[in-house]
Amino acid sequence: MNIEILLWLIPLPPLLAFFIIMLFSRGNKVFADVVSIGAMVGTWVLSLIVLFTALGIGGSELGKHPIESSIEWLPIGEMLSTGEAAPEPAEGTEEGREIPANAVTEEGFRMGVILDPLNTVLIFFVPLTATMIFIYASGYMGTGHYWTLVLEGEDHHDADQHDEDHDVEAHHDDHGHHTVVDDAGRTIAHTDATKWKARFMGIISLFAGGMLLLTMADNLLLLFMGWEIMGLCSYLLIGFWNDRIYPNEPGRITPPFAGIKAFMTTRAADVVMLIGIAWLYSVTGTLSYREILYNEEVLHALEAMAFPANPLLAPLGLSIGGAIALLLFTGTVGKSAQFPLHTWLPDAMEGPTPVSAMIHAATMVSAGIYLLLRFFPLISLGWGHGVEGFPLQMQIIAGVGAFTALFAATIAIAQNDIKKVLAYSTISQLGFMVAAVGIGAYIAAAFHLMTHAVFKALLFMGSGSVIHAVEHGAEHAEHHGHHLPIDFDPQDMRNMGGLLTRLPITAWTFIIGGAALSGFPFITAGFWSKDEILLDAWHEAPIVFWVLAIAAFLTAFYTARQIAMTFLGEPRTVAAEEAGPTGFRMEFPLIVLAVGAVLLGYIGVHPEMPVFGPIFSPDPEGSPFKLFVGKTLLESPELLALEAPSVITSIIVALGGLAVGLLVYGLRPLQSPDSTDPLKRLLGPVHTLLANKYYMDELYDAVFVRPAQAIAVFIFLVLDRGIIDNLIHSIARFTEWVGFRNKDFDTEIINGFGDRFARSVAQTGQQLKYSQTGRIQQYLVVVATGVILLFGVFLYTIFLR
Amino acid sequence: MEAFPFLTIITFAPVVGAIVLLLLPPESRMEDQARIDRVNQIVKILALVFTGISLVLSLIVYVYIYQQYGPDASVPTQEAIFFLEDGPIEWVPQIGITYHMGVDGISAPMLLLTGLASFCGVLISWNINRPREFFAWFMLLVAGVYGVFVALDMFLLFFFYELAIFPMYLLIAAWGWKVLREYAAMKLTLYILIGSVISIVGVIAMYFLMRDAGVTASFNIYDLIAARDAGVFDQVIVENIPFVGIDNVTFAQAWFPFIFLGFAVLAGIFPFHNWSPDGHVAAPTAVSMIHAGVLMKLGAYAALRVAVFLLPEGALVHLPWIIVLSLVNVVYGSLIALVQRDFKYVIGFSSVSHMGLVSMGIATMNVTGMTGAGLQMFSHGAMTALFFATVGMVYDRAHTRDIPSLGGFWQKMPTVAIAFVLAGFVSMGMPGLSGFVAEFPIFKGLFEASRDLTLVTSGQPATYYAIIAIIAVLAIPITAFYVLRVTYRVFFGEFEPARYHDPITDVTTIDKVAMLMLGSTLVLLGVFPFLMSDMVEGAMRPIAFLLGG
Repeated sequence: MNIEILLWLIPLPPLLAFFIIMLFSRGNKVFADVVSIGAMVGTWVLSLIVLFTALGIGGSELGKHPIESSIEWLPIGEMLSTGEAAPEPAEGTEEGREIPANAVTEEGFRMGVILDPLNTVLIFFVPLTATMIFIYASGYMGTGHYWTLVLEGEDHHDADQHDEDHDVEAHHDDHGHHTVVDDAGRTIAHTDATKWKARFMGIISLFAGGMLLLTMADNLLLLFMGWEIMGLCSYLLIGFWNDRIYPNEPGRITPPFAGIKAFMTTRAADVVMLIGIAWLYSVTGTLSYREILYNEEVLHALEAMAFPANPLLAPLGLSIGGAIALLLFTGTVGKSAQFPLHTWLPDAMEGPTPVSAMIHAATMVSAGIYLLLRFFPLISLGWGHGVEGFPLQMQIIAGVGAFTALFAATIAIAQNDIKKVLAYSTISQLGFMVAAVGIGAYIAAAFHLMTHAVFKALLFMGSGSVIHAVEHGAEHAEHHGHHLPIDFDPQDMRNMGGLLTRLPITAWTFIIGGAALSGFPFITAGFWSKDEILLDAWHEAPIVFWVLAIAAFLTAFYTARQIAMTFLGEPRTVAAEEAGPTGFRMEFPLIVLAVGAVLLGYIGVHPEMPVFGPIFSPDPEGSPFKLFVGKTLLESPELLALEAPSVITSIIVALGGLAVGLLVYGLRPLQSPDSTDPLKRLLGPVHTLLANKYYMDELYDAVFVRPAQAIAVFIFLVLDRGIIDNLIHSIARFTEWVGFRNKDFDTEIINGFGDRFARSVAQTGQQLKYSQTGRIQQYLVVVATGVILLFGVFLYTIFLR
Repeated sequence: MEAFPFLTIITFAPVVGAIVLLLLPPESRMEDQARIDRVNQIVKILALVFTGISLVLSLIVYVYIYQQYGPDASVPTQEAIFFLEDGPIEWVPQIGITYHMGVDGISAPMLLLTGLASFCGVLISWNINRPREFFAWFMLLVAGVYGVFVALDMFLLFFFYELAIFPMYLLIAAWGWKVLREYAAMKLTLYILIGSVISIVGVIAMYFLMRDAGVTASFNIYDLIAARDAGVFDQVIVENIPFVGIDNVTFAQAWFPFIFLGFAVLAGIFPFHNWSPDGHVAAPTAVSMIHAGVLMKLGAYAALRVAVFLLPEGALVHLPWIIVLSLVNVVYGSLIALVQRDFKYVIGFSSVSHMGLVSMGIATMNVTGMTGAGLQMFSHGAMTALFFATVGMVYDRAHTRDIPSLGGFWQKMPTVAIAFVLAGFVSMGMPGLSGFVAEFPIFKGLFEASRDLTLVTSGQPATYYAIIAIIAVLAIPITAFYVLRVTYRVFFGEFEPARYHDPITDVTTIDKVAMLMLGSTLVLLGVFPFLMSDMVEGAMRPIAFLLGG
């Protein structure tokens, strides 16, 4: 089959699965499982074909001539670009402002797919992890329950039952339906966590479809579409249990709010990114990767255009290309949860565990890094070519990344929720990748993106398996008459301990994943990729190197802490005591990913590395991974020499962190859920600060949320209803007043004149009628009087004149 | 195609329908309930048939226009072309009034939108009380709306414009929300009438100017175009404005703001927007749909067709400051929507915000931005009609629109919830839905208009357009927030049956059909924007050309 058609087909099966499940499943869980997993496996098969084709073509050929296919989509502005090509230039800003005409397409906006070495990497790991997550989800979403409010007059059993006529798993019926009254006097009950499973499988299919769309896109706009589809799905999935409450934990964020928070944070960043996209489109007339990023002329023009005329921005020395890169980077900051927009990600743990794995490993957060890698030619404008130092945009990116890596790692050491630790660890690891892009370590960032995706998916699903086991343990314990506290949290590591013997497969795969995360030397993938980043930093930016090294130490430390608290020691609660293995569908993906977490590293071994180098990277030019992916760029990055201090530091921080963690938490495990964390004894108030995540949420609430609300209320009540409406009402009232005065004038003067005239005529008539008596004598008297008077007048005029 | 009077039939079919309905016996004359029901059933079916005729014909017209602008058609020119004209028929020749109808790429989508909104409006109002009178007035309103979009004679345009306003008043005042209906109906009518009167005066002034200049004086758009091209409207009418120091103000420059803003009142431009949220809220569901969905577009359409198209020289001077008003619309409307307690007011203010984007797109004065404005008119129309339909369905069952008193409606009416979320995502500009297809060109147009991309705030008037774009996108996250807030409060969470008097039931199949029609339009346009963008762009090009874009 034609390879271009395959590229178009890759995102299709999950998208179709979404529609099929949404339209036809009617709550049937088996149907949803089959359709979604079937679609995902289909995509995986397609992606494997594409992957092997790509490997067969080889990196250098694929880098020069990517496989492309596109169709015309939105014909906007095509004539305009040429029509407006020569606006009268403002004074003093002429130089370097012309965009080469070849960048302007005459055909309008084209949508298409592409296959080049960079997205081949994603085509490898996205369908793989997604398939594993889907299989896992079909098992995970089969059991469990959470607390919801019970309302008066509602039979809870009925409320649960209504959409699960086809449920075949049916092990929710024999437990869980008891109601309790919590401290606040509300009646609460367990509700079945699986009640909307079909919907869940549908939405994660859409999620995977969005990610694959983003992966295959050949232009920024299609990438943005996939990006936003994922934003939408993460909103729906994080808030999936939308009626969940936390009894006795009033301050805790509930799933729907966590969903809103995630969506809002990423959305706010996305609009900044959208500005960048619109700007880039206006400057170049295209959004296609090939036309912008592989066109020397366009890149030079973007680099040459500075902010010369703007007095505020000129001193920054930022080119337009750099400014656009920073706007796009803001999108990454939101999506990949970098400081200061990281706060949504830990709260996103409110979603079901497969979602966490989906978000943190395979998809959403990877998308941010992928964007940076994709736009690396734009980001690195003005770097290299004999110029000393980094351009401003790269400094900012490296700074944000390195700071986030350390910042999140410090928070992670003080968390007790097993998923929150992993969430902060994800933020920290993404910080590593962002910092790597910022210092120009393109290959290392791509490599770490891939290995991290695999081992972090493993860790999240492992933690889900643990939570699941503890939940089961809690149910068993309740059946046996034990009473757990109402706010018993199966995700809290203080409630665990000693799980190594109870769920061995989960435990050992989790330990492998943890070792990879800490960068355990030589046998884990995490070591090789993190080592690459540190090596680049050693060469390019020593400050970044040391910051990342400290972060790596903390990573190893909290990983050891997590493993010790969860798996080692003795069970601290009956729930942990009663926990047992979680079944094939949940454990099989763990095994597959654990294998990946070990083996994947060997494709990126530095050729100068003793023992391993000659075996895995026979070519002295670089590792197979580098030779393949590096060809994506116009100029393949050169190989940096292996430095012993860097490698040794990397080994020391990994082993040292693990050792310290195991010493503190492994040798003397916590005795009960309530015992004080040894770190708290050591750090005191600093620990409180870390446990509360530096109070970032509270800060944002005070700085952004409340003022925005206040401004909106002010605008509505004062401006809109107060000033504008009152103005209108005053005009109306004035008009009315004028009307009344008019009416007065009308009734009194105009109408009054007529009325009075008429009335006086009538009155005159009234008076006069008395003269009309009808008697002849009286008339005669009047006539005689008149005659006499007239005669008198006559005489007077004749004689007295 | 030209031989058959499509446009006349589209416009007058609802009028005929209204007359037919009024010929049926009123409810008060009938004693027996069964007969009343039977007559009402006939009334509803007749209303559906007559709005359906217009819908089908406007779809045919749309397809025809699509072919005219499509890829196989000749290269788009820089001259305005109107299709399917009936030819000018002398109506009042003494003062140059003609009967003349035609469509182009801007009005064809509007016709389709009117057809959709009115047809769905009839479906949504299936259980309205006193259907005979309601639908009669409703169809008269629809006829007025159609008329404005097809009129090529300015007098005819005003005739239909006023025809649309009058039934609106009755519909709101008689069938509206009891608390607010008289106030809102009066507010709306006065605002729009005053606005249109100002515009009428402007157009009459144009007529007299043409007569004095010795060119063919009439209200027909071709004569007006000829006069425009002959420079009639560029005569200096004010030599010098004292104290301000502006010399040689031409007719176009002096009259443009009045004519534009006179129409833009109906498009809800700040600070003349206040009639619209009150009007939306007070109106019955179907009228809200027409009102926000189509009627507000009349204002934008007429402002574009009359003010910008005929007085481009004035537009060049004034649009750069009018864009600031539209920016206020966009941000201000969304902020207000954020803090409403009344479900319907949220949507009402969101319309204010989104209509700001339309005038913003027009004010970019280039093809890209104006195409975006045209698409936004359609997209917002269908989206907001869907919004109001869903709000109406919730309100009909819960008898309250107070957001904190609602909750959990997803469980009771899943289709409505999905429709609301869909409209919500359109309104926040999600890629793949029509909102994005419309908003992205507007933002891009703003950047294009800002010729100096280095963000300098001085110099040419258009240099601050990029900054306008940057401020305007603030509205996108705010929009996302109020949509999600409402979704969460109304549709998510626990459903509490005790709060409502009646048991809450799911919507009927008829309602679902209406929602499906509107919703699928939004998705279709989002995935295949070229179905509309070609024609809108082709028709906007001559206008943008006049503005130097």
